[in-house]
Amino acid sequence: MTEARERSLNSVNSGVLRAETLGRTVPSKVLVTDVDFEIRKGEILAIVGPSGSGKSSLLRLLNRLDEPTTGTVYLQGIDYREIPPRELRRRVGMVLQRPFLFPGTVADNLRFGPRQRGQELSEAALEELLSAVLLGSFAPRNVANLSGGEAQRVSFARTLANSPEVLLLDEPTSALDDDSKREVEAVILRISRDRNIPCVLVTHDVAQAARLAHRALLLEAGRVVRSGDVQEVLHA
Amino acid sequence: MLKALFHGQLQLGLAQAVVAALAALAVVVAAGRRGIHLEKDLAVAMVRGLVQIVAVGSILLLLLRGPRWTSAFLLIAMIVAAGATSAKRAKGMPGAFRVSTWAIACGAGSTIAVMTLLGVIDTPITALVPVGSMLIANAMNTNGLALNRFRSDVLAHVGEIETALSLGADGKTSVTPYTLVSFEASLIPAIDSLRSLGIVWIPGLMAGMLLSGARPVYAAIYQFVLLGMIFASSGLTSLVSTLMIRTQVMSPADQLLLRPGQ
Repeated sequence: MTEARERSLNSVNSGVLRAETLGRTVPSKVLVTDVDFEIRKGEILAIVGPSGSGKSSLLRLLNRLDEPTTGTVYLQGIDYREIPPRELRRRVGMVLQRPFLFPGTVADNLRFGPRQRGQELSEAALEELLSAVLLGSFAPRNVANLSGGEAQRVSFARTLANSPEVLLLDEPTSALDDDSKREVEAVILRISRDRNIPCVLVTHDVAQAARLAHRALLLEAGRVVRSGDVQEVLHA
Repeated sequence: MLKALFHGQLQLGLAQAVVAALAALAVVVAAGRRGIHLEKDLAVAMVRGLVQIVAVGSILLLLLRGPRWTSAFLLIAMIVAAGATSAKRAKGMPGAFRVSTWAIACGAGSTIAVMTLLGVIDTPITALVPVGSMLIANAMNTNGLALNRFRSDVLAHVGEIETALSLGADGKTSVTPYTLVSFEASLIPAIDSLRSLGIVWIPGLMAGMLLSGARPVYAAIYQFVLLGMIFASSGLTSLVSTLMIRTQVMSPADQLLLRPGQ
């Protein structure tokens, strides 16, 4: 991370999203336990750890796709259980490992989110979103004809169409080849830099975490075992 | 051949049941050789089916001597039993019994009530209960198909559903594509029955009416009437069922409750 970028991060306000003693236990297993962290504007926080350590389970708790059994999450200082789930998920956008595009065109997919709250995405907004993910002329294309990397970038643009305040990224490049992975990483950095949106990135790829993130949490068996500057966490 | 060996009606009936059971067992053996094991399911289903139908025959015999309104109790009991049976097709789905029972009550129950009031179904117990049971049984099958299809479609599309939720869609909207497909798929047998009526099959009711001396044209028309009622009650059941189940698979916070491994 450059010094300028670090200064810019330090100058912005306090946490947009804060997890407090967050945990989820299902009858036979503790998925996540006692997780505390905060993420600020423009920051990329990597959640790393071995398979089954609870990375994706933690991410699902952050936009309430699953219900925490302990603790809670604060979005802009408000307990997220007080925010209607639909509004919460619009404000805390999520990009999944696979893009799961809906049948139709790229434009149809980008319009999906705003339409859920009765809004129509303008042509200019559509073009701007697609430019942000480096897919400028893709609006009329059928999603069935996209490559894996293109589909994932459409998925990013679709989430951005909801103007989220936080972005949750669940292993967004794990199903992609190296070239596509680089394209998606470029999009993540661009979104973080240009839109100042905090991103929580779940990844099993330590090198990727080092390339993209400012800070990291290392999870093991659902518990945070280390947190802090990404280089310190990854190389401790 | 059996008639030459068995002279009493009851003995003949039991012998015919044994032959039918052997035919079913032959299929189970053939399936078993291909690694598909239906032995236990079939054995339970056959014994249960035989006991149930004999019990119902005995109850009908008793009811024939009672007042007409007692048939309502029998039909209600059938609806509850049908709800329990078809709910098993929706393994792991929260509220499946409640949804199934309400859906069958709305679909088959309302069709039976309206058709009885209009005089399409006769009120004597000997007419109302058998015809009503046909509507309930078909509604049960349709409901089972709808729930089973919905369950497997939801489990196969968890990613798409949670993507829609993550984009701010409500729970109902997120699963609506799968309720529509389930509704359509559940009605395929009823539509095919209507479509192939008289060409591929001559239903039992028509055959029974002909044997009991009814005019062939009336027997044919009444069979069509019955299939029309079956379609109406099955369609309404599936519609109610697929509408109700949308809310059952979501928590109050629009979290998908039906997921693989849960």
